[in-house]
Amino acid sequence: MSQPPTSADALIELKGITKTYGKGDAAFLALRGVDLSIRRGEFVAIMGPSGSGKSTLMNLLGCLDQPTSGHYGYEGIAVESLDADQRSLLRRHAFGFIFQGFNLLARTSALENVELPLIYRGVPQRERHALAAGALAAVGLPNKLRNTPAELSGGQQQRVAIARAIVTSPVTLFADEPTGNLDTRTTAEIMELLTRLNKENGITILLVTHEDEVAEYAGRVVVVKDGLIETDRENHKTRP
Amino acid sequence: MIWNAFLIALREIRRNPVRAFLTVLGIIIGVAAVITMVTLGEAATRVVRNQISQLGSNLINVRPGMGFGPRSASAGVPSFTESDVHAIATQIPGLVAVAPVSTASLSTIYRQNARSTGIAGTRPEYFQINNWKLHSGRFFTDEDVRTGDAVCVIGQTVVTNLFGGEDPLGKKIRIGRAACEVIGVLAAKGQAGMGDQDDTIVVPITTLQRRLVGRTSTRGINLITLSAEDGSNADALIAELVSLMRQRRNLQPNEADNFNVFDTRQIAESLSASTQTMTALLAAVAGVSLLVGGIGIMNIMLVSVTERTREIGVRLAIGARAREVLLQFLVEAVTLSSIGGGVGVLLALILCHTLSSAIQMPYTFEPRINLIAFFFSTAVGIVFGFAPARRAAKLDPIVALRHE
Repeated sequence: MSQPPTSADALIELKGITKTYGKGDAAFLALRGVDLSIRRGEFVAIMGPSGSGKSTLMNLLGCLDQPTSGHYGYEGIAVESLDADQRSLLRRHAFGFIFQGFNLLARTSALENVELPLIYRGVPQRERHALAAGALAAVGLPNKLRNTPAELSGGQQQRVAIARAIVTSPVTLFADEPTGNLDTRTTAEIMELLTRLNKENGITILLVTHEDEVAEYAGRVVVVKDGLIETDRENHKTRP
Repeated sequence: MIWNAFLIALREIRRNPVRAFLTVLGIIIGVAAVITMVTLGEAATRVVRNQISQLGSNLINVRPGMGFGPRSASAGVPSFTESDVHAIATQIPGLVAVAPVSTASLSTIYRQNARSTGIAGTRPEYFQINNWKLHSGRFFTDEDVRTGDAVCVIGQTVVTNLFGGEDPLGKKIRIGRAACEVIGVLAAKGQAGMGDQDDTIVVPITTLQRRLVGRTSTRGINLITLSAEDGSNADALIAELVSLMRQRRNLQPNEADNFNVFDTRQIAESLSASTQTMTALLAAVAGVSLLVGGIGIMNIMLVSVTERTREIGVRLAIGARAREVLLQFLVEAVTLSSIGGGVGVLLALILCHTLSSAIQMPYTFEPRINLIAFFFSTAVGIVFGFAPARRAAKLDPIVALRHE
């Protein structure tokens, strides 16, 4: 166990977070008092069997959901007191998301997919094109700007999704089973790309996975079980 | 934010042009139908007005008897006299001309051709009042009336039936008991919804009374025809006319009029009012199809929201606010319906051109109805786009992202 970071230099600070789904007899306690602290620039893998609450934790961290009780501080902001619109704005300006199913817009070119978050930010067209093309080049797809998702392989689609997530230069990148639909070789490529973004661009990455090989890329592994954090360890065997 | 939503909406529409087309088909048809109906209806109204004005501008006819049609009771009702005509001419203000008319239906014969024709015995003002133009020859004059010359002016139908291809000018036709020289031929007026106006022969009133019908017949005047000044108040004029005639015919206040007044302006108004009602009715039916088009948009938008649930989840995840999602779908619906409206306007243009030339009606572009139909289609987009847009905006990002 590493020394927990102090709240002063923590980017993310969870204290006594609980999450209940349903009401009355049908109530299900998905999280039962989670404390977690994450520093800027960390690469954290969240693991756990299905039903452990790791996805719930991820949704809360990504401000897609609200905790039932407890405190969530993001850069000192009390997230639990934000309304839906304020959380949207936080996501828009600080977060990037990648998903297992890529979630690209169908029949839409890679470039337009990557431009999407910039449109919500109100970035002018010329700058938007430049930024999106740059992000696609950064994920290794400089020649696929005009291709639609149907014309790209799974690995390439996930690269486009990563480009969409990083085009806004987010502070934190949330990756929900990003390699779940990919083969071993492509998984390695994607994980190396994420590692590079973490090391070179200093993007804090929170990654949910159930594969040990994937978790190995992270600098810290948090294992969730039955709604509580079971282990929280530094990973010194981090791959290059 | 609106501009952004518009950009996103345009991209969505471009992503699936076939679906977009099917979505707006209802709107296209609705808008085109409304515009076409109203444009053709207005054209029909104009045609009716034109035909009425052919009868004579501001024409007023006064006849003995009560009302028109089967219940008219002209039997036993006194006809008018020259002094009635004189009283009207001198006592009613705002008149351009007054002419007494004595009508009779007499047999007309030219060589081997014979037929029965309505004869009007009158004075020269009659031609002006009833808007008759000459085809050839001349009208008769006051001098002809004074002397009671055996002259006549004939309509085109009479020319065709009695003379065939022959030039009738200077020829003599037998009308009733005397032969009359044809001195003029009237220009054709055509049908005006009230029989063939060209089937007429006009003679000086004195000629009719003295020569054609003989002494035994009544010398009464059974029609006073007059024309009012342009822009005069028809209602007031008719009221004065009625009160003058009641007084002259010694009617008690409790007695009904034993004469009737026929005003072409009123007829024109009521006829064009009925065509306008017809137009409104057709436009309303077409409007229903526009509404159905709106329901089509709502239907497709609802399907689209369900189909694009994951996409909405992604948009929410990357920082779209609920109201931006709402706006996106609303703008999408409005953009679709406006495109439909625009295409509908173009389609209506083609339809109106084709149809109006097919039914031989003059076509005029009506900017008002085009604008109204277009903005109505936009409004349809707002109204019917709102429910689907709100459904999209209410989605929970997590649920939306998990949607299969």
